[in-house]
Amino acid sequence: MAALDRRHVFVVTLLALFALLPIAAQLADQPFYIGQFRRILIFAIAAISLDLILGYGGMVSLGHAAFFGIGAYVVGILNHHAAEETLFLGLLPGSRNVLITWPLAMLVAAASAGLIGLVSLRTSGIYFIMITLAFAQMVYFFFVSLSAYGGDDGLRFPGDTVIAGLIDTQDDIAFYYAVFAVLAGVLYLCQRMIESRFGLVIQGCRENERRMQAIGFPTFRYRLACFTIAGGIAGLAGALFAAHESYISPSIMHWTRSGDLIVMVVMGGMGSLIGPVVGATVFLLMEKLLPDYTEHWPVVFGPVLLLIVLFAKRGIFGWLRPREHRRAAP
Amino acid sequence: MTVLLFLEQMLNGLQLGVTLFLLAAGLTLVFGIMNMVNLAHGSLYMMGAYLCATFAQWSGNFFLAVLLALPVVALIGLAVEIVALRTLYARDHLDQVLATFGLILFFNELVKIVWGPVAIFMDIPPLLAGRVEFIPGAPYPVYRLAVLAVGLAVAAFLWWLITRTRLGMLIRAGAANREMVGALGVDIRLLFTLVFGLGAALAGLAGMIAGPLYVVEIGMGDAILIKTFVVIVIGGIGSIRGAFVAALIVGMVDTFGRVLPSAAGLPAALAEMMTYILMAAILFWKPRGLFPVMG
Amino acid sequence: MQRPDALLEVHGLTKRFGGIVASDELSLAVPEGEIHAVIGPNGAGKTTLIAQLAGEIRPDAGTIRFAGADLTHLPMAARARRGLARSFQITSIFRGFTALDNVAMAIQAHDGHSFRFWARARSDPRLREPARAILAEVGLDGRADMIAANLSHGEQRQLEIAMALATRPRLLLLDEPMAGMGREESARMVELLRRLKGRETILIIEHDMDVVFALADRITVLVYGRAIATGRPDEIRANAEVRQAYLGEDDHA
Repeated sequence: MAALDRRHVFVVTLLALFALLPIAAQLADQPFYIGQFRRILIFAIAAISLDLILGYGGMVSLGHAAFFGIGAYVVGILNHHAAEETLFLGLLPGSRNVLITWPLAMLVAAASAGLIGLVSLRTSGIYFIMITLAFAQMVYFFFVSLSAYGGDDGLRFPGDTVIAGLIDTQDDIAFYYAVFAVLAGVLYLCQRMIESRFGLVIQGCRENERRMQAIGFPTFRYRLACFTIAGGIAGLAGALFAAHESYISPSIMHWTRSGDLIVMVVMGGMGSLIGPVVGATVFLLMEKLLPDYTEHWPVVFGPVLLLIVLFAKRGIFGWLRPREHRRAAP
Repeated sequence: MTVLLFLEQMLNGLQLGVTLFLLAAGLTLVFGIMNMVNLAHGSLYMMGAYLCATFAQWSGNFFLAVLLALPVVALIGLAVEIVALRTLYARDHLDQVLATFGLILFFNELVKIVWGPVAIFMDIPPLLAGRVEFIPGAPYPVYRLAVLAVGLAVAAFLWWLITRTRLGMLIRAGAANREMVGALGVDIRLLFTLVFGLGAALAGLAGMIAGPLYVVEIGMGDAILIKTFVVIVIGGIGSIRGAFVAALIVGMVDTFGRVLPSAAGLPAALAEMMTYILMAAILFWKPRGLFPVMG
Repeated sequence: MQRPDALLEVHGLTKRFGGIVASDELSLAVPEGEIHAVIGPNGAGKTTLIAQLAGEIRPDAGTIRFAGADLTHLPMAARARRGLARSFQITSIFRGFTALDNVAMAIQAHDGHSFRFWARARSDPRLREPARAILAEVGLDGRADMIAANLSHGEQRQLEIAMALATRPRLLLLDEPMAGMGREESARMVELLRRLKGRETILIIEHDMDVVFALADRITVLVYGRAIATGRPDEIRANAEVRQAYLGEDDHA
């Protein structure tokens, strides 16, 4: 059980470091890092949501960035209309109130995930991977075609989003803590969900879907629900990202972004919730820092990824796990 | 739309279709026989284009360049198979996705190092330059006709290979039932390597002949790769016949999808969406594609 | 042959795979409380029969009635909820879960819907207590917290039976529960089945004739997808057609 404690220590330490980061950055007179790490926390949320379907549900989706992008666009479009004082589709006014825009982003992303899941989850194996990828491309090109919102070039909007009259997203530190709070909330809620009856059903489907059906679970609806929830959380991350950047463009849902998310989840350790947080941190720091040494870092990183897959599948957080808690080899 | 324009677009659609088929033929076999997801297939397409462009610059002859580049791409494919993919066959799909995603990063950056970030424009070989009045009143580029001919020739060759040879028999058997081929006493590793080499050569060839038509640039393989996936999935994974039919369908839908919306005043990106909507529709009714291979 | 009060009634079941007929106008009835064995040479269509009963394979023709209702077109999970439980020929368990989790999952399947996102399932006595009881019943009480993949083959087979029992089935479909077991493990499994006799209704496929004749109330003999005989063990033993088609050519025990 010592190893289990080690894991708890690790999680608490990591979260504490994230909590203290803005103060440290201020003291070190490097406020630049606050924005950098806010971005990391946002992607950590997206990676957690992917891990729900990938690590816990065993569904290899190669289109998760689409839901992230949809969430971002909901916020971007509503902010844009609020700033321009125009109506969305000539019907709905825009909004800058995150109590409206963020839940709406979640809702739209979840609904899209529900629809896409409805078709995709009828298939399995390679078909599922290819279909999620193809749907993500469809969404990508949909936003490319939206010339009213910048098309390919994306859309910049005034970034003075105010959180419930309390927190201004222009305020670097306040916004950082808002994102941190969302991350902590997502972590806690997902942890509860994973240990709930629903969570066990999802993990049972990963282990042996045929068995699940044979003991009486209509597995499709549970997997669809999981896919939808994951899409919604990814949408929330996208909403935060839009507020973070004050800019949206289709490139945030390019299929390679979906690939990056998978890399984050696996590198950090899938099938744990803190793993994706670690993975997102390491991946994005690498992406930021390695180009200082060589601009050609992908030529090294690509083969490293291959080696990780071949030899270190448990991921960084996986090394901290006690052996009996690791997934047995199939 | 006039009849002439329609016919011309139809030829364009066919030509895109056969290009997609060159990519899809090898990949559908890799997917089907080895039950393997290979995202790096588009990298071989890109390597084919770059190698061909370089050899063409050196030799000044496009055809010689193709002849030189083909075996090199096949060798790169074999090297990738032996070094990286072979160990992945037994792994789950997620491992394969990740590892081959890593290969894409590697190849894209490698090309940037060797050839630089600037796109290369290839000339159409003089022998195939110009247009013929293939359809009276609508002169059509000779080179595109040549691409069409190459694609159809490869399709015919594959048809012969798959239906008329022992190797083809093993490939078909492998797509339907892997264990059976192993039980026949065939060296399945060698069969996999051969199939992969063939697929690599075809993908490289597709890149080479696409070079003069489009632009030779980094990431060129990624965009067409996803269309190739659509083709394979629509056709049914493991089915060459399905890949051929689906490639032509996707080629047509994509080409007409580009012409029709702009004629109707709709954004061009809708064309890109059309292909995926088609795929979703087909898979909704037939989750294993149009020509499912019995497993 | 058809009894009006039979729990399971199969009538005219037919399934073809290409040119091979796996089930050929197959009819059988299993009354409540009976252990009904299905025997037959390899390729007789025994597993295909179970797969059709469980809902994994759709028959080309014929009907399956269970507890008075027509199940022929219901999916697997719906049949399981109505009380059909199955063990697989090739062990099918949740390998990464503990033995207790495996059984608790089966309990959960029959304890309302699972769209419950908050309460921790692993500390829910409604799931854990009956699961522990069933593990004890099949003799795995000492193994509750072991990861299923690390159990011995025989224990995994016992676990599979435990999962089937945990769904509180009205009919157990057991597909070669002793496949791949050593002598000692088999003896333990036979002992378990003997304890279930009279309490559960069971349709069992088994190769070991000693076990079949010792346990079964009635036996159906399948050859090339056809039921060539059904009857009590002594009737089957005496049946000339069966002896010729099956027992005679291979009197392994």
